[in-house]
Amino acid sequence: MWRFIGSRLLQAIPVLFIVIALTFFLVRFAPGGPFSTEKAVVPEVKRALEAQYHLDQPLLVQFGSYLSDLARGDFGPSFKYPGRSVNELIAAGIPATAELGFYALIVAVVLGMTAGIVAALSPNTWRDYLPMSSAMIGICMPTFLLGPLLVLIFGLWLEWTPVSGWGEVPGDKILPSLTLGAAYAAYVARLTRSGLLEVLSQDYIRTARAKGLPNFIIVFKHALRGSLIPVVAFLGPAFAGLLSGSFVVETIFQVPGLGRFFVQAAFNRDYTLILGSTVFFAVLIVVFNLLSDVLAAWLNPRLRSGLGDRS
Amino acid sequence: MNITTSEVYERGTSLWQDAWIRLRKNKMAVAGGITLIVITLLCVLVPFLSPYDYEQQDLLLGASAPSTQHWLGTDVFGRDLLTRILFGGRISLLVGVIATSVALIIGVTWGAIAGYAGGRVDAFMMRFVDIVYALPFMIFVVLLMVIFGRNLFLLFLVIGAVEWLTMARIVRSQVQSLKQLEFIEAAISLGLSSWTIIRRHLIPNAIGPVIVYTTLTIPSVMLLEAFISFLGLGIQPPQSSWGSLIADGVETMEEFPWLLIFPGLALSVTLFALNFLGDGLRDALDVRGAKD
Amino acid sequence: MALLEVSNLSISFHTRHGVTKAIDNVSFSLEQGQTLGIVGESGSGKSVCCYSLLGLIPTPPGRIDSGTAFFAGQDLLNSSEEQLRQLRGNKIAMIFQDPMTSLNPFLRIGEQMIEPLIYHRNSNRRDARKQAIALLEEVGIRNPQRTYNCYPHEFSGGMRQRVMIAMALIAEPQLLIADEPTTALDVTVQKQILELINQLRLKRNLSVIFISHDLGVVADVADQVLVMNAGRMVEQGTTRSLFNHPEAEYTRKLLAAIPRGNKPTANRATVQTLLSVTELTTRFKTYHQGKQDELIAVNKVSFNLQRGEILGLVGESGSGKSTLGRSLLNLIPPSSGSVIFAGEELVGKNQHAMKPWRRRMQMIFQDPYASLNPRMTIYDALAEPLLLHGITTKKNLEQHVLHLMDDVGLARAYVRKYPHEFSGGQRQRIAIGRAIATKPEFVVADEPVSALDVTIQKQILELLLNLVEQHNLTMLFISHDLAVVRYLCDRIMVMRQGQLIEIAGTEILWNSPTHEYTKTLLSSSSTALG
Repeated sequence: MWRFIGSRLLQAIPVLFIVIALTFFLVRFAPGGPFSTEKAVVPEVKRALEAQYHLDQPLLVQFGSYLSDLARGDFGPSFKYPGRSVNELIAAGIPATAELGFYALIVAVVLGMTAGIVAALSPNTWRDYLPMSSAMIGICMPTFLLGPLLVLIFGLWLEWTPVSGWGEVPGDKILPSLTLGAAYAAYVARLTRSGLLEVLSQDYIRTARAKGLPNFIIVFKHALRGSLIPVVAFLGPAFAGLLSGSFVVETIFQVPGLGRFFVQAAFNRDYTLILGSTVFFAVLIVVFNLLSDVLAAWLNPRLRSGLGDRS
Repeated sequence: MNITTSEVYERGTSLWQDAWIRLRKNKMAVAGGITLIVITLLCVLVPFLSPYDYEQQDLLLGASAPSTQHWLGTDVFGRDLLTRILFGGRISLLVGVIATSVALIIGVTWGAIAGYAGGRVDAFMMRFVDIVYALPFMIFVVLLMVIFGRNLFLLFLVIGAVEWLTMARIVRSQVQSLKQLEFIEAAISLGLSSWTIIRRHLIPNAIGPVIVYTTLTIPSVMLLEAFISFLGLGIQPPQSSWGSLIADGVETMEEFPWLLIFPGLALSVTLFALNFLGDGLRDALDVRGAKD
Repeated sequence: MALLEVSNLSISFHTRHGVTKAIDNVSFSLEQGQTLGIVGESGSGKSVCCYSLLGLIPTPPGRIDSGTAFFAGQDLLNSSEEQLRQLRGNKIAMIFQDPMTSLNPFLRIGEQMIEPLIYHRNSNRRDARKQAIALLEEVGIRNPQRTYNCYPHEFSGGMRQRVMIAMALIAEPQLLIADEPTTALDVTVQKQILELINQLRLKRNLSVIFISHDLGVVADVADQVLVMNAGRMVEQGTTRSLFNHPEAEYTRKLLAAIPRGNKPTANRATVQTLLSVTELTTRFKTYHQGKQDELIAVNKVSFNLQRGEILGLVGESGSGKSTLGRSLLNLIPPSSGSVIFAGEELVGKNQHAMKPWRRRMQMIFQDPYASLNPRMTIYDALAEPLLLHGITTKKNLEQHVLHLMDDVGLARAYVRKYPHEFSGGQRQRIAIGRAIATKPEFVVADEPVSALDVTIQKQILELLLNLVEQHNLTMLFISHDLAVVRYLCDRIMVMRQGQLIEIAGTEILWNSPTHEYTKTLLSSSSTALG
């Protein structure tokens, strides 16, 4: 188990390095710098600004010093928000994004698994068709369409929920979480259904039935665990999608989260903020992929014991 | 190979024919297929069908609700929404098809080589895929579009580059499991060359999953394009795709909800149709199902 | 009164493709402490029959059309699902064919074992654990305390089947239904499991229904035998009378299909060595959790093969017999040693250099479902080797293919059909046709009949014998079934763990094996019918 985690962590290092290098050089080679938009800037001032942020040094030197700063956990100063460090900006965005992501994950898992289990237990009946058609809608309805539609229906027409904001009025967290979680709930539902159906046709389920176990025990004790593995394996990459989806949701609902910072930073060419938030996202994604891999392996005794079978 | 003989042979039913029969029985898949054909035809033929041009403004009219003149209403510049949706559909479908083709070519080649070669080559190639897989792609897509501007060609490339990974994985595992089967071993023991084995035995058997996955890739590619265009990073005005139409619609949804609802509907219905067709193909082409 | 009384049971399956009668008017009864063997080929309905009694067939599509079934006075067919559930694992227990897939891989063995006690007897876990450990010991598991906390994947097939048996018996059922319980096991393990079931049965005065395709095994264990074919009862009687004086035509056919006796020794005028193998070794690199390991599948094997000879190669799973066969043909490149075929060294030749030799040496595979390309018609499959090796011209191709169809006993009319439209036996004929298409001198047959029903097996064996005769083939016949090998082969070679244990003329090996392992193998496979 530890060896497995170790090897996965080792594998994460090149991923992170590629992310950092790619982002760093992409941003540097891009036409137009952070100070080029301000037309009134006198050349001397511009030079002074560039010197202040070490932009006048050779690229590789800049890259090296950025890496060494990173190693110390320092993302550097922001170009566009003078006097504020990227660390501060990221820290300011984390709470809202984390909370939003967490709720969306809950929506995805609870809604998705329930729908999937219900559907798998009575395949090809209305209890299967209804949740699965809804799941299909969830998959075909992108976040940026679902969000505005929900706002239109529940916020503007029915006036049941607030239209935007985060933590300002009670109930304003419902729509963003639902919007972000919906598509993933749909995928989880489909994965749970197909996984459970597959497991329910296995020989060992027949054994459990031949033992005269109650249906409830067969489904939840014998079948569910095996069918959860693909779901858990999906959740890691899903989290990556959740994060990138979050900047749409954050923009639509005006949630003061990381995603909005990132989009603004990209438009402003705020080098250090782009780099910082990209690296931060990448680390999060790597960590969550690792977590979901470990969890999926832990659910499988063959991998857990590390003994394996030679056949 | 044709048999020209007087003797009467019973004609067999190939797995392809079997799959076709099964597909035709699947109502949702057939409906999906027909819907797609209709939408595609409408989008392709819209210059000849529509009395309006997609740029033609009618500022006096402004945004108007659906009417007999403008079936789906007009936008704030008085442009006919139906015409704009159909023209937008051309871009969306085009991106879907071309970017999927990019993904298909890279993914199939990569996966087939890795799967057939096996060993070190395979380990190296798939490790590369694993690493690229772990990159935060959405973020790169946004970055690229911001940095290099709104470029349709770049859009194809970027989307294709994201989507080929899964294709490579699917093709590789398919080739790998086929390689284990005895009929490939039998082909080797007959003395067939590698190329003939790939052409006659591997590809015809691996093509089913590729078709299915291609059908399911198109909607995810279209979603990605819509997403990028929604952010204002993809298609630039006056051109439009469904994503950018939705983005426009969101801004005025309070006063003119149809400007959001109809483009959204167009996108969703197309994705629906593609997904149902893909699911139907998956069920129909399932080789295991054909055994019994 | 009988413990189980089934009369006039009829079951049908209603699917989109129409109605199939799975069971047609079957009646039998079973006394306490007796063993009933139900014999039949695949599709005979022998399993469906028993599963339906316990409500284990899905309804729909299954439907019980008529009949009655009483177990200890309880009407099974009119019991509710809940009443049947109370019965299952409690009064009537089951064990299944494949112990590798029949245990839940996600739960510890102990946890699975105690479930019948917990749900039927309301035992507490501590008592249940005690009972489970005692029972594990009784079924011959060493270190039962440790086993209790293990997962199934940590055990071999034989051990898992012991666990299955212990699990089935833990709630002290009166009836055990064993569905092909030894089919997936090696022959020596099969013997042990059969003995175990017999011991437990006697000790507990257990009634057993033993479902099997293997007449030999049933003859060994059953008091009463029921022969089924295509959902119908063919014949029923005591084991002795049924096997000694079979009345039904089908029973006689089944019995006649069991390979018996040996091949008459051929008198060949000249003895000519076709294949000479010296110190052949094949190693595999295995990767396990990043550590590279090496598996020696074939370890320094040497033997000669004479022209026109059929050499049997027997061994249990993992003995390296399949790898040896493939190494001879260079399908798996050997690591060292020498294979001299018709005077030419094959070891070290690459696939390209092998091509002219491929025409002269062919292979027949085990699984006729996997060995034919599902997307090619029979015509194309048979034409491929003919064209590749320039055996026939395009003009004569069709006639040539049709002659091949005749040779392997397939109707010419089927030549445009696809593999999935044929039965297993027919597919094996196609595969054999493809192998002999190039008129090879040497054929490796890797378990070619083990996936087939016994009557079909008989036909394929006859076909092989005929072809060997007609085409003067030399054959390496790989099998786990000693009776088949004895029936077919001139000499027998025994392998174990990659090594050649013994090689001798068939009757010499059969009657006076020198190696201890060969003796065990022979004694395990001999049955009342053998």
